Amino acid sequence: MTVEIREQPFDPWQMVSEYRSKHLVAGKSGASAVFVGTMRDFNEGDEVQAMVLEHYPGMTEQQLKDMRDQAVSKHDLEDALVVHRVGTVYPGDDIVLVATFSGHRKAALDACREMMEVLKSSAPFWKKETLGAGERWVEKNTPG
Amino acid sequence: MTINVRFFASLRERIGHATVTVEADGIATARDVWKAVSGESPDEEMLVAINKEYAGLDRAVADGDEVAFFPPVTGG
Repeated sequence: MTVEIREQPFDPWQMVSEYRSKHLVAGKSGASAVFVGTMRDFNEGDEVQAMVLEHYPGMTEQQLKDMRDQAVSKHDLEDALVVHRVGTVYPGDDIVLVATFSGHRKAALDACREMMEVLKSSAPFWKKETLGAGERWVEKNTPG
Repeated sequence: MTINVRFFASLRERIGHATVTVEADGIATARDVWKAVSGESPDEEMLVAINKEYAGLDRAVADGDEVAFFPPVTGG
């Protein structure tokens, strides 16, 4: 059960692989669902060169932990992993990883989707984009 | 009553500070804190947290609380 907020770039696929090896009991999880969110180089018709991700230290971690605990309990997951970048990110950088592990596919897939929606709507993160002409705050997330 | 106030993202830039300490009597709710620090009415989309948990604007605050104001979240 891990929640991590990090400034350094990460490789989500390697992270899932390592997490499975280290934390999961072989043979228990028949299903793994993985969502990876990656920074685009465009938003609302503009080219985006970079982005700064801000968070609320302490509150953001707690929100993510609560979200993970609720998903694990509701869907009877074997385990769940949540990783989110903060600081300066560039197009192509992976920003968020949600991985869920369960006995069967429905629980893993449903929980993964639900956790992403909860993260998007309630985890205290904010994005500021660097455009060709200045900067702007992202005011709302895309609907899905 | 002493309240530690924090601002994030566009609200931090608008207010011009990341943190402010408010020392005043007559503050009962998060709404009162916002009025004391900004002199404005809160906009409808603004989010509030008291001691790092989401709260409504009309939630009571207590001496020593950390009250945070921020715009809608945009992570993921």
